[in-house]
Amino acid sequence: MSHGSMKINLKVWRQKNAQAKGNFEDHIVNEVSPDMSFLEMIDVLNESIVNKGDEPIAFDHDCREGICGTCSLYINGRPHGPLEGVTTCQLHMRSFNDGDTITVEPWRAKAFPVVRDLVVDRSAFDRIIAAGGYISVNTGNAQDANCLPINKEDADDAFMSASCIGCGACVAACKNASAMLFVAAKVSQLAKLPQGQPERYTRVASMVAQMDKEGFGACTNTGACSAECPKEISLTNIAQLNRDYMRAKFLENA
Amino acid sequence: MSKLESKIPEGPIETKWSKYKSSVPLVNPSNKRNLEILIVGSGLAGASAAASLAELGYKVKVFCFQDSPRRAHSIAAQGGINAAKNYQNDGDSTYRLFYDTIKGGDYRAREGNVHRLAEVSSSIIDQCVAQGVPFAREYGGLLSNRSFGGTQVQRTFYAAGQTGQQLLLGAYSAMERQVGMGTVQMFARHEMLDLVTIDGKARGIIAKNLVTGELERYFGHAVLLCSGGYGNVFYLSTNAMGANVTAIWRAHKQGAVMGNPCFTQIHPTCIPVSGDHQSKLTLMSESLRNDGRIWVPIKQGDDRSPNDIPEEERDYYLERRYPAFGNLVPRDVASRAAKERCDAGFGVGPSKMAVYLDFKFNMMRYGRVEASKQGLPNATDEEILKLGKEVIKEKYGNLFDMYKQITGDNPYEASMRIYPAVHYTMGGLWVDYDLMTTVPGLYCLGEANFSDHGANRLGASALMQGLADGYYVIPYTIGAYLSKEIATKAIDTNHPAFVESEQRVQKVLDTLLNIKGTKTVESFHKRLGKIMWDKCGMARNEKGLKEAIVEIQALRKEYWSDLRIPGVQHEFNPELDRAFRVADFLELGELMCIDALNRHESCGGHFREESQTEEGEALRDDENFAYVSVWDYKGESQWELFKEELKFENIKIAQRSYK
Repeated sequence: MSHGSMKINLKVWRQKNAQAKGNFEDHIVNEVSPDMSFLEMIDVLNESIVNKGDEPIAFDHDCREGICGTCSLYINGRPHGPLEGVTTCQLHMRSFNDGDTITVEPWRAKAFPVVRDLVVDRSAFDRIIAAGGYISVNTGNAQDANCLPINKEDADDAFMSASCIGCGACVAACKNASAMLFVAAKVSQLAKLPQGQPERYTRVASMVAQMDKEGFGACTNTGACSAECPKEISLTNIAQLNRDYMRAKFLENA
Repeated sequence: MSKLESKIPEGPIETKWSKYKSSVPLVNPSNKRNLEILIVGSGLAGASAAASLAELGYKVKVFCFQDSPRRAHSIAAQGGINAAKNYQNDGDSTYRLFYDTIKGGDYRAREGNVHRLAEVSSSIIDQCVAQGVPFAREYGGLLSNRSFGGTQVQRTFYAAGQTGQQLLLGAYSAMERQVGMGTVQMFARHEMLDLVTIDGKARGIIAKNLVTGELERYFGHAVLLCSGGYGNVFYLSTNAMGANVTAIWRAHKQGAVMGNPCFTQIHPTCIPVSGDHQSKLTLMSESLRNDGRIWVPIKQGDDRSPNDIPEEERDYYLERRYPAFGNLVPRDVASRAAKERCDAGFGVGPSKMAVYLDFKFNMMRYGRVEASKQGLPNATDEEILKLGKEVIKEKYGNLFDMYKQITGDNPYEASMRIYPAVHYTMGGLWVDYDLMTTVPGLYCLGEANFSDHGANRLGASALMQGLADGYYVIPYTIGAYLSKEIATKAIDTNHPAFVESEQRVQKVLDTLLNIKGTKTVESFHKRLGKIMWDKCGMARNEKGLKEAIVEIQALRKEYWSDLRIPGVQHEFNPELDRAFRVADFLELGELMCIDALNRHESCGGHFREESQTEEGEALRDDENFAYVSVWDYKGESQWELFKEELKFENIKIAQRSYK
């Protein structure tokens, strides 16, 4: 079945499981169409690998419309590839040229162990949320929604922070494999809303403690996380986290 | 199964639910701590149920196939969530939301369930705001609303084009809070492959650990299936790649009957197919129809760029055919109208299977408001358009960006091209008022059940139903069953029923791996999808459906004799997992065609070509088909049909009109 006319050379990371030693494998994909997404190009490659009787390249993906945060891939040294503000599933082959060689790796971080090939385990993020990334309100406790007017600017700011998809690109981009942007996005979202105030300082302290426990690195304010974030989460979230964290520690010691 | 009991409480519709809540048996807190509940799926229904039930004190285990519960496909819902708050003072009420939903569903949903949904809708918004869900707000700090199809009031709450994401993260956070407290245990990358029943009651599941390939056994006093819809039976749909029917299909084969399996929603505004490499389709939210106008050129085969086609040479066919609702007709109506124009030769774009969705008119309208607000009475048209684009960007920025990424075209400058695509399945496991299936102790919530949307779901009602079921319905209704289970001790998973169930799954896995044929899962899935789309899609007829049944049976035979799966079971093997899912789709597809063939009328998304009005609108046959088709599995290709008669006591049943 013919698709298009581009030829792409791929260097793909293969690794059987977390314990195995990995290596790069070369593949050529012919008949690539510029309208294909990057993941559809891998689908086509995988079809041909299975047809040859070999094992396809494992990669995480689900919604394929840039919102679920499942897809990852470190493409030519950049999480989610060369475009800004998009996930790998939204990256299309028209962003590459016929004959290009593309290197594809998994997220690399101690806290994200490889499951297989390009698939990593990001459950550390769930544990950080479980440590405090919520407002404690049981179902049925709420008052009428409009009893709580919220300044539009604060609501919009909180929404911007809340648009994080938890993909882990920030960790992959960071030279220290720090999860600060991810944690800061949740901390800031709730810190900007009146509903988030009662637990504001305990929240930041527990989330940061869990982040450290998971083995993520420290933040040195390089900003690669924000530059590579597919949802363009701003570094000001980290500033907010730092301010709240200092206050939390001060309150603890006071 | 002998007979269907919907268990709708007696009494006037307005008091059924409140009376039920006041009289349903309760389980005392110390007993709740000994009762275990398994929840399959972590989307809006699953996560909200998990959080709410754990808050009540039950011991909960949640399973999802994704790497994190936050990735369930509810996250991709764009436009909004309905609630009868009447914040806009435009005439909304519980009754009107109830009425719109029944009418929108083309009179094929159950009144009792739908009224309850409308009743609890307001509390959902309250709960979400309390959790920190950042809904869109007006400058006064209060919540903003927008319009959706099939209604004439503004009752849709939203967070830009990411409403599902924000609601899911709210429910996910509430659930993770319980994980932190140890009341919910989360099993990500686990897929339910069978239901375990003991003495006719649901008592557990067999799940596959997708990382190790191990089969694992879990006991529960009750099991909740919240596993979403099965639109992926069509291969191409707006569903996530992993969305599947397996959990409910395995339950179906263990005795849970299916309701209205053929009722599929084809969403009118999706990005058209671009080639045969296509793996999925992307929705452009219905909210865009609020501010957009759908059109095709007046001339057939007009190849000019949309910007070069003047106003008088455009046919805004929805506004022409349905002046009362215009671009806001329900999804089924809008989809068929698009197909009709394309089939008649007025389609646009390279494939000619697309229509235009234009925003310029409303950009100018918003621009004029902005110019007035900013004190610019002499703004030029160009300046007004620029201001209008900013407003549109704030409302729908992420959708416009998504469109640009996928198509390479800029929708701020020219009309979008759109075409209908499979989006949602109204059908699913049959449930009673308690959301219990025909297997005692087995419940089904959200899109996976059949209950609230009849033959067509209105926009922004899926999120409402998922959260209604999880936050406000199941915490009450599950008590009716569990109050009788307090003496049941946890059952050891070495019980013969668990062993037998695991062996059943193991046999399927072994068979799949031992076929060692020549064709990939993907190739079979594509072929199944084509049969379904061509013969059980937007238009269906007797001849096509009969052919489809024969073709699916043949394809299934080929599947079990010529499938190739690489690798082994005990490793991370997505091909094997997918093969299990497609095997179930190959059975479901046949039932959908059988159901569509049986329903010799058109209603909502189910359009039988033999049953239409002179104007080409869906023609119902209330005398013969005012029932839910309920299918009981009797063995391969064999089902027995039961009928749940639908009684309309509060709404006068009428031919639906949006003209």
